[in-house]
Amino acid sequence: MAREQYHKELIKLKENTLKMGELAKIAVRDSVISLKEQNVALAEKVIGMDKDIDSLDHSVEDSCLALLALQQPMARDLRMISSVLRIIIDLERIGDLALEIAVITKLTANEPHIKPLVDIPRMSEICQEMIHNAMIAFETSDVELARKTAKRDDEVDALFDQVRRELITFMIEDPRKITNASHLTFVARYLERIGDHANNLCESVVFMVTGERVELN
Amino acid sequence: MQNKITVEALNAWFGAKHVLKNINLCFQENRITAIIGPSGCGKSTFIRCLNRMHEVVPHAKISGTVLVDGRDIYENGTDPVDIRRCIGMVFQKPNPFPTMSIYDNVAAGLKLNGVKDKRILDKAVEESLKKAALWDEVKNDLNKSGVSLSGGQQQRLCIARALAVEPRIILFDEPCSALDPISTSKIEDLMIDLKEKYTLVIVTHNMQQAARVSDFTAFFLMGEMIEFGDTKQIFKNPKEKSTEDYITGRFG
Repeated sequence: MAREQYHKELIKLKENTLKMGELAKIAVRDSVISLKEQNVALAEKVIGMDKDIDSLDHSVEDSCLALLALQQPMARDLRMISSVLRIIIDLERIGDLALEIAVITKLTANEPHIKPLVDIPRMSEICQEMIHNAMIAFETSDVELARKTAKRDDEVDALFDQVRRELITFMIEDPRKITNASHLTFVARYLERIGDHANNLCESVVFMVTGERVELN
Repeated sequence: MQNKITVEALNAWFGAKHVLKNINLCFQENRITAIIGPSGCGKSTFIRCLNRMHEVVPHAKISGTVLVDGRDIYENGTDPVDIRRCIGMVFQKPNPFPTMSIYDNVAAGLKLNGVKDKRILDKAVEESLKKAALWDEVKNDLNKSGVSLSGGQQQRLCIARALAVEPRIILFDEPCSALDPISTSKIEDLMIDLKEKYTLVIVTHNMQQAARVSDFTAFFLMGEMIEFGDTKQIFKNPKEKSTEDYITGRFG
């Protein structure tokens, strides 16, 4: 194969993007576990992970710029690099939102939650699966998987609506629950945003493979 | 936009070797069309068929039609010399006539066509050198030898020489492969200026050059035209896998 060094660098770019996706997924998982289990040490770990995600974000972006400046990538390589530049923005935002959830863990750790957390961990699971499958679709150029994965954002949105309505009821019934309930509403909102970013990941994959810009949800 | 050149079912051979296979392609007026492909894919042979230069090679053969403004240039009774005046060509290595001055190089084609009037010649030389973006650099040295110029200047001199006989189409066969980057960018800028008045076809190994200057790109492989399209589409999202593999450096 011609341009061996160039192709090695493209593979490395892909690997680092996948690594970033894995970290973002773990951050989401651990942030919600820390919230549910009121585990401050785990929340601190999530806050620390954000720095790793940010530094990967910068190094992947630098690699993209170097490839564009030095190698004049074309066609699917060009689309891969432009998609990676978008994907890392979404992953970085997912990392930030996981950090926000971890901060809420720290704020709510001293008293039990107003109710056992069921729907919020469910939202977290769907988000993790969406990130995971979007990154597999990215790795294997699987447009079908990307489209299917994006659809799951509807489930996250529906759960968000349900959680929000439930928490409002708690707040109406007992004003002393407002502090905790509003924290939990924010967590649900952050997870709903994570679902949107995962949906964006899927759209970037479709563009990378087909060159078509699509709104999947 | 009108088609200036229409190529239909073009085949070409060197002896028994079939080097161009059933090429169908249209070139739009006032646009630059680039032809890319690996060495030996037939791209140079192809443009040499567009001004009847292929047939000057011994044992070379051709079939099919090449319509320029609707007229077949291979029609019986067509004078190849007339064709080559309408369809100028610039080659890979600058090839000014070595014994001639800059002035005579540009005027050579007109003199050959019987133009003797000094005022007409002066005007044509000046205009052609201006169009070729060389006038300011050589206007005080018109009697110096053409080969005293730098490589990039010599190439622009060859372009001026091609322009002097007022062609409608100019074919460029790897015009920058012997030039440094600054001369290359001058030729590229010049090509973009020239497309206002002419139809341009460029054969190039340099894909970045094709991407920079052309409006349309055709990809050739082993004597066949694999893909033709808008240059942006070809380089962002080609339809054919072999086009993609070539432009992303996976072969060639």
